[in-house]
Amino acid sequence: MSIPGVSEMTSPGTPLAPGHAPDRSGDPVLEIRGLCVDYGFGDDAVHAVADCDLTLGRGRVLGLAGESGSGKSTLAMAAIRLLRSPGVITGGEVLFHPRPASDGEPATTMDLLAAGEEQLRAVRWSEIAIVLQSALNALNPVSTIGAQFDELLATHRPGLGRASRRDRAGDLLELVGMTPERLRSYPHEMSGGMRQRAMIAMALALDPQVMILDEPTTALDVVTQREILEELMGLRDRLGFAALFITHDLSLLVEFADDIAVMYAGRLMERAPAASLFRAPRLPYTYGLLHCFPPMHGERYRMEGIPGSPPDLRDLPPGCAFHPRCQWAMPQCRQDVPKLEPLAGSPREVACWLHRGKATAPPELKLPDPAVTRPRTAPVIDTSAERAV
Amino acid sequence: MNTLALVPNVGAETPVLEGRGLTKSYWVKRNTGLLARRSRLHAVDDISVQLMAGAVTAVVGESGSGKTTVARLLARIVKPDTGDVLLDGQPVAAARSRKFAAQVQMVFQDPFASLNPVHRVRHHLARPLQIHHIADGDVDEAVLQLLHRVALDPPVNFADKFPYELSGGQRQRVAIARALAVRPRVLLADEPVSMLDVSIRLGVLNLLADLRDRERLAILYVTHDIASARYLADTIVVMYAGQLVEAAPSVSLTDSPAHPYTQLLLSAAPDPERRERPQLAARGAPPSLLAPPPGCRFHPRCPHVMEICKRMAPPTVTVSTGHAAACWLHVDSTNGVVDGVGVTPTTSPSPQREAEVQRPP
Ligand SMILES: Nc1ncnc2c1ncn2[C@@H]1O[C@H](COP(=O)(O)OP(=O)(O)OP(=O)(O)O)[C@@H](O)[C@H]1O
Ligand SMILES: Nc1ncnc2c1ncn2[C@@H]1O[C@H](COP(=O)(O)OP(=O)(O)OP(=O)(O)O)[C@@H](O)[C@H]1O
Ligand code: SF4
Ligand code: SF4
Ligand SMILES: [Mg+2]
Ligand SMILES: [Mg+2]
Repeated sequence: MSIPGVSEMTSPGTPLAPGHAPDRSGDPVLEIRGLCVDYGFGDDAVHAVADCDLTLGRGRVLGLAGESGSGKSTLAMAAIRLLRSPGVITGGEVLFHPRPASDGEPATTMDLLAAGEEQLRAVRWSEIAIVLQSALNALNPVSTIGAQFDELLATHRPGLGRASRRDRAGDLLELVGMTPERLRSYPHEMSGGMRQRAMIAMALALDPQVMILDEPTTALDVVTQREILEELMGLRDRLGFAALFITHDLSLLVEFADDIAVMYAGRLMERAPAASLFRAPRLPYTYGLLHCFPPMHGERYRMEGIPGSPPDLRDLPPGCAFHPRCQWAMPQCRQDVPKLEPLAGSPREVACWLHRGKATAPPELKLPDPAVTRPRTAPVIDTSAERAV
Repeated sequence: MNTLALVPNVGAETPVLEGRGLTKSYWVKRNTGLLARRSRLHAVDDISVQLMAGAVTAVVGESGSGKTTVARLLARIVKPDTGDVLLDGQPVAAARSRKFAAQVQMVFQDPFASLNPVHRVRHHLARPLQIHHIADGDVDEAVLQLLHRVALDPPVNFADKFPYELSGGQRQRVAIARALAVRPRVLLADEPVSMLDVSIRLGVLNLLADLRDRERLAILYVTHDIASARYLADTIVVMYAGQLVEAAPSVSLTDSPAHPYTQLLLSAAPDPERRERPQLAARGAPPSLLAPPPGCRFHPRCPHVMEICKRMAPPTVTVSTGHAAACWLHVDSTNGVVDGVGVTPTTSPSPQREAEVQRPP
């Protein structure tokens, strides 16, 4: 399925592990277009997500960064129709392009926002799986991990017998570095890291094409965080799913995502390959955010962060919402909202007046694109022993 | 039992606040009903730290490693099982007296919870001034001064606000101003920025740096974010499972970590400058504090574990100027420590502290 104007928005895919059609990687699998979400109605409505366009390529990891309250979770939950009231979707479409059938016959695209409950149920978990920050809330506290796998598989894979379901559940736990014995454990008997691994195993149970990861490791310590993210990326390389990876930690995304989108006050403001965004940001907010993470090496020097604080969505400044904090704000920025648009000669999009018309961007925001993106290698996954977390 | 005296700050100067051999355990209930029994949880084991005037000491470590307990022990909010707290070299009473409180103040993680929502900023700052009889007469002026010290300018705009009218960063500044009201010489800040938005964290860290430099406050900065510790602190101490494992000037610690656990923490920390994904130096999780492993508590995870590590707690060894680590790897005849005997090193950590470290200006 090809949509005009989409192909140049997705950068070429990374090679996938054998067994997957490499030519498909990078094709859009989830396309969010013009998504608008409010909390509440009428004059009191808070525009938590405004006019967002975002495309997730097959087999790619798309990072969604932004500060607390910028609308990251709202965007993701609305896209898969898991938004809770008083959230209301007020516009847009979310296209899901299923994997082509094995005979090469293209499968039909589905608009998740127009889909009925029945259709959604068929897609959720089996095609699009979700891992949230707190596995404790997502897991049922009164059943064992095994029972929860069993229920999931019995519902979605009615053909599987009880024994096969148990085997499959055990295999899944091994995939994320746990022993099958853990099927007998209750969630509260496991550490936070282990529960998060179990959640990931459950999300993988039906071989989904898309994983939505909303702060999957934010509550965990750095060592556990890195173990889990390494595993996830290894699984992505082997299984070929695409991931929307949400976190406020931009420095983490630079390491783990292929592309990064930056959100501010409900709008997507910049989207670029991870290395480009890190080495040569085009948006003043991204530039500022990158200077909020003190480096681990080299000389220490005073850093200033970003002046002011993130705006209240109920009382947004007119024009570009970032203008009160932007050192390069121009008169136009105070009046007109910049739209996310592709930048000429570059695989990225930015919503900033500095890159439009006759305006000239400052040298800091004109650095050349880095030549090559880092090679990504799949870490070797050792499933021989259970990790302690 | 090995004494971990990881104190790279030792010098001619007397520390403003010092903890010596602080140990704290809690009795916790395991299981419920008939099987209920109480076991000893070793939260903090034999920790010594020194806070110098005009310096920030960071405590880093994973969740549950005992960082908050150390801060609370130093604040005299929690009573140690053994060990002493010294103010200007003099032992202080076990209970937190008003006199001690006027010298040693805490700042907490959650600026939302730490300010009563029904009172205006003015009230929050005036109260400690009145209780401690500071600025008698001109409390209003003193409140404005405090707001100015934490860069809430112009102060008159902030004095009459309620906490909910302030951003998270502004609220944390008010909490710091309140701690400063009694003119303390020591600030114990427990994860003061971890609940704040990324873009405003540096502002609060810079404020702490300014208080250190302008007013020569001694500051303890508790964090799990080693990059921010490197940014702000003069000295970093690393905790693992209730013990100190390494202490050094910040840059020395992050550039050349000597303890395998510190190496693990650094290899796991997010670092966008990395060319390749790091190989994690070790896996697994910290041990249960109910039954910590014998010998070195890190030995079940350590890639360099030796026989002796499983039997005996490692001594503290000076690995370079002002840089100490508790690890058998660094023990050899030149340290004056005989393998297997476990005596503490003869060379005590050097007085030199900041000569080679350049602070953020
Ligand atoms: N139930 C609700 N009612 C009203 N407003 C809400 C509700 N849930 C969220 N919001 C508002 O919508 C905005 C976006 O929230 P969202 O949770 O999507 O942000 P986020 O980027 O995921 O933040 P975080 O990093 O804290 O998870 C916030 O400003 C929040 O105040
Ligand atoms: N009042 C208490 N009763 C029982 N156990 C306690 C108490 N306070 C702390 N502990 C235990 O002591 C250990 C150290 O806790 P502490 O809060 O000092 O860790 P921390 O390093 O500050 O962790 P975090 O990063 O999660 O804040 C933990 O195992 C904790 O559960
Ligand atoms: S549009 Fe204007 S205010 Fe907004 S980021 Fe660009 S320059 Fe700054
Ligand atoms: S003492 Fe032994 S087990 Fe402990 S950190 Fe050093 S080498 Fe590893
Ligand atoms: Mg969220
Ligand atoms: Mg703590």
